[in-house]
Amino acid sequence: MSLLRRRRRGGQDEPERAADAEERKPEHRRAEKKWSCLDNCCWFIGCVCVTWWVLLFLYNLMPSSFPQYVTEAITGPLPDPPGLKLRKEGLTAKHPVVFVPGIVTAGLELWEGHQCAQGLFRKRLWGGTFGSVYKRPLCWEEHMSLDNETGLDPPGVRVRPVTGLVAADYFAPGYIVWAVLIENLAQIGYEEKTMYMASYDWRLSFQNTEVRDQSLSRIKSNIELMVSTNGGNKAVIIPHSMGVLYFLHFMKWVEAPAPMGGDGGPDWCAKHIKAVMNIGGPLLGVPKAVSGLFSAEAKDIAVARAIAPGVLDQDLFHIQTLQHLMRMTRTWDSTMSMIPKGGDTIWGDLDSSPEDDYIPSKRRQNATYEAKDGSSEPEPKQKRKRRHYGRIISFGKDIAEAESSEIDRVNFQGAVKGRNVANTTCVDVWTEYHEMGFGGIKAVVEYKAYTAGDLVDLLSFVAPKMMARGSAHFSYGIADDLDDPKYLHYKYWSNPLETRLPNAPDMEIFSMYGVGIPTERAYVYTEAPWAECNIPFRIDTSAGDEEEDV
Amino acid sequence: MAVILRFRKLCFQEPSPSSCNEHKRQVTKRDGEKMKENCGSEEDGLRRKGVKEWRCVDSCCWMIGLMCTAWWLLLFLHHCMLASLPGAEPPGARLGRQGVAALHPVVLVPGIVTGGLELWEGRPCSDGLFRQRLWAGSFAEIFKRPMCWLEHLSLDNETGLDPAGIRVRASSGLVAADYFAPGYFVWANLIENLARIGYEEKNMHMAAYDWRLSFQNTELRDQTLSRLKSKIELMYVSNGYKKVVVVPHSMGANYFLHFMKWVEAAGGGGRGWCAKHIKSIMNIGPVFLGVPKSVSSILSAESKDVAFLRAMAPGLLDSEIFRLQALEHVMRVSRTWDSLVSLLPKGGEAVWGNLDWSPEEDHVCDWGTRKYQPQLKAKGNETDGRHSFQVQEPAKFGRIVSFSKTVSSPDATTSSKSNASCGKVKTEYDEVSQETIWKISEERAYSADTLLDLLRSVAPKMMKRAEAHFSHGIADNLSDPKYNHYKYWSNPLETELPEAPDMEIYSLYGVGIPTERSYVYKLSPPGKCRSIPLQIDSSADGSQNGCLKGGVYFVDGDESVPVLSAGFMCAKGWKGKTRFNPSGSATYIREYKHIAPANLLHGRGLESGAHVDIMGNVALIEDVLRVAAGASGVELGGDRIYSDIMKLSEKIKIHL
Repeated sequence: MSLLRRRRRGGQDEPERAADAEERKPEHRRAEKKWSCLDNCCWFIGCVCVTWWVLLFLYNLMPSSFPQYVTEAITGPLPDPPGLKLRKEGLTAKHPVVFVPGIVTAGLELWEGHQCAQGLFRKRLWGGTFGSVYKRPLCWEEHMSLDNETGLDPPGVRVRPVTGLVAADYFAPGYIVWAVLIENLAQIGYEEKTMYMASYDWRLSFQNTEVRDQSLSRIKSNIELMVSTNGGNKAVIIPHSMGVLYFLHFMKWVEAPAPMGGDGGPDWCAKHIKAVMNIGGPLLGVPKAVSGLFSAEAKDIAVARAIAPGVLDQDLFHIQTLQHLMRMTRTWDSTMSMIPKGGDTIWGDLDSSPEDDYIPSKRRQNATYEAKDGSSEPEPKQKRKRRHYGRIISFGKDIAEAESSEIDRVNFQGAVKGRNVANTTCVDVWTEYHEMGFGGIKAVVEYKAYTAGDLVDLLSFVAPKMMARGSAHFSYGIADDLDDPKYLHYKYWSNPLETRLPNAPDMEIFSMYGVGIPTERAYVYTEAPWAECNIPFRIDTSAGDEEEDV
Repeated sequence: MAVILRFRKLCFQEPSPSSCNEHKRQVTKRDGEKMKENCGSEEDGLRRKGVKEWRCVDSCCWMIGLMCTAWWLLLFLHHCMLASLPGAEPPGARLGRQGVAALHPVVLVPGIVTGGLELWEGRPCSDGLFRQRLWAGSFAEIFKRPMCWLEHLSLDNETGLDPAGIRVRASSGLVAADYFAPGYFVWANLIENLARIGYEEKNMHMAAYDWRLSFQNTELRDQTLSRLKSKIELMYVSNGYKKVVVVPHSMGANYFLHFMKWVEAAGGGGRGWCAKHIKSIMNIGPVFLGVPKSVSSILSAESKDVAFLRAMAPGLLDSEIFRLQALEHVMRVSRTWDSLVSLLPKGGEAVWGNLDWSPEEDHVCDWGTRKYQPQLKAKGNETDGRHSFQVQEPAKFGRIVSFSKTVSSPDATTSSKSNASCGKVKTEYDEVSQETIWKISEERAYSADTLLDLLRSVAPKMMKRAEAHFSHGIADNLSDPKYNHYKYWSNPLETELPEAPDMEIYSLYGVGIPTERSYVYKLSPPGKCRSIPLQIDSSADGSQNGCLKGGVYFVDGDESVPVLSAGFMCAKGWKGKTRFNPSGSATYIREYKHIAPANLLHGRGLESGAHVDIMGNVALIEDVLRVAAGASGVELGGDRIYSDIMKLSEKIKIHL
């Protein structure tokens, strides 16, 4: 207020001064300038605020159907959402529904943390706005990591899954995960008493979610409750992505006897589950998990590196994003559940793989084809290079394409791991690669091509601690004899090739997935240029085919 | 943005030089000095005009900018301060260091109003609100589409369930009632402190329910009671067979009473379920015997605050200018909520007093000087004097509703009921004839017994619906098979506690705040669009030691619940082995003296005793934490009493 008064006085002084002759004028100008410096700022901020408020006000005044109206005007009338359409056909809620979210999509919140996480109690660390990632990245990374020995909480940190439908309806604001499905289900009459989000801590190995949080017991109790309160109608389970494996584990767990399992008896699934509708289930694993564990890269990062080679590797700001990322993700046991399962039999060996005949740009060819004349002219026999999808990791493009006889593999497992080459400057970003040493890295490269069967060996060579933890919880083979009592152990429960489905003849299993999008299958790696703190392997982005299907 | 700035500079600077130049060209032949002067003055004149222009809008902008900047600066400072200020150590952290750790699973049962409600299916006007909060949270929808909001929060007036095409459901999880509005905590403090000694969602559960429904209807519609049972059983098993500690708040205490009876009778738990699963029940500000506040809200949708507001600005609420009719709307909606009826005073005249007598009659109302124990002893003479004075003329608290003597006889002809112009807001009063209202006010005074008749005549539908779910009497013979009906389950005077001798029942509540106890009513002045014929007579200010203020009699309590209602059951009704407590479960009273926060930095206070703010009371949190970690009531220190609840209870003579 005093400022305002002062300013006003400045204004009122003006006429008096104006009456005087020009010699006072410069002084007057100066006075004006003196407060225009600060005032301009204020004025500007005020302007921005006012326009912002006006726009916000107008936006709020806008009837909520307006955007819909606009889109309808542009694209023509929208079809009813499926829920509404089906309700008109008379569909109503009957069976309770259970959602099982996959890896990464469900929220995690902080329950106990170190000093640096003050004020984040019960705030989302994962999911939501990810605000804390930017504000205090190292603190965030520290809290998101698990203990490298046990795969459970590090001391003094408790990060827990969000519960309820909010756990995974949106991943980030506006980024839908389950929200649309939930809304459509609600339109035919579902609500929270008939819908349940089986959220669990997706960083843990499946059995550990039960050990630490009793997540499996909670799912069991909730399904039982929903079935009994909905007149005995069995539940429909909708797992997504890794949730498929998790639910597979659950079904074995619930029938297993008490100390290790849920003690539900051999017909629990038959009694409580109508159908399991797997959405995009990586039942046999995904190659992406390999590149994630091996070098913390995925297709997107490899592309980013190709476009801007320097950015990711800069030591300048000590960002070392990938290293941090790798250190964090390697403490997450769950990533190991998605390593390709079934070995060479499923994923192919050095020479052959089930997908060998796949032509990546088939769809495009088909389209041009019909445009031409529509006749059934056989596809022009292209002399194609055989692709060796079975080599999930190969070092160098030539290796990826070479005949198997040409590849001279040197076994890496005997290789002596070198001394710790880690430079003291980057000790803070510790990855297990630093313990491996130079010799180890060379040995890995010398082996040249890895098939699904070799992968597990490779990973346990480069990440011994993680794999030691993981192999106690997951298995990647194919069972020869399912009656072998060793298969009663929980580490086999999430591998469909090493377990039996529960005894439930009426239970239906759906597998629903999208097709038609290029998907990562095998990687060409290169040894990274030696820098002090780098991850020694990276995807070789220069290895592009003419068809860009690598 | 840069464009705006440039534009402004143009407006501000351009006119004067250019116009001066023009002027110069025109008057070139004149004397140089004169010209200069001329031009100078002209320039100044123009400048002044320019300045004036910039004043008009720009001053506003300038002001707003200044305020915004100042606000941001302060906010920034505030954040810095908060981070650097050590602040009081939360009780959870202190107890955690002393070795108190999570042991028993905890169930939180929220009360009325504080739980969130969200929309699952609605009318077209509620487009885009799917799974958004209608109740609690930001309440943004009230301002955006008030009528739509009211429509969706109402229940069906016949069934007390959802109206057709609308599904509003309770939010679930801890978020359901941690904050009522942004920054207004309810359970958040307690949750945070529990977390500090090791609690997390696997051993802490918020038993959220739709607080608008009658208790049995929550099971009927949402299976809420079944879910609570299953949840408690799960927590019991998965936490190593440790019994749960239940922490109900406000109406949640009644809800949990209902639950205990339900689980043993209808829920399939069988006898012994409570003994097996429940360690203790820590009722925070329980409304075991109801609150008088509910009477005024049913009668006229008013409470102390509204009456006070009316006294301050007599015209405001009754103004018909904007056709707001806020009270009418509130009344219409809240009368569809059955749960309100569960809060009506229970126990009738035996508990709440009759026309001439009430247990609180020698209550000292001088709130300014009223201090507990030490002061009382220090100036004993003075207080004794005052005391004797009161005995001569005690406040008639027993008359829960009385009509002021100065009833102006309403003109029956002018206040014809049905008004075509404002037929929009229909309350049940439209169906009550003028004569009935007359008769009601003729009656002068109503005790807790006759009150129910009064309500039945003014709110027939609501009472008919809700009285199938709630009962407000005292049982003569508890073994009468009629008491197996669920409508008695939430009335502690008409049910037995479950057979659980090891179960502890706590009553934790604040004292030292004037609390509404009874009301002076009058007929409202006839108005065109006003359809509530009764209102609190805010002019009735008593000389009776300040007990009567603005038409409301006050007694000791926690601002919402009188001590009598919160404490009586644990002080006498259940104490030892009584017919209401056949197995002799232990009961404890823990009172918390209200100490208003010293300054704004303390927010709502660490030692508050107010009905909701008590959830942030450090002593209360500590008690809850200790019990959750395994302590018994004796280890806490047994009863801790500041108010005269024991004396009050003595005066209430009911068969035990």
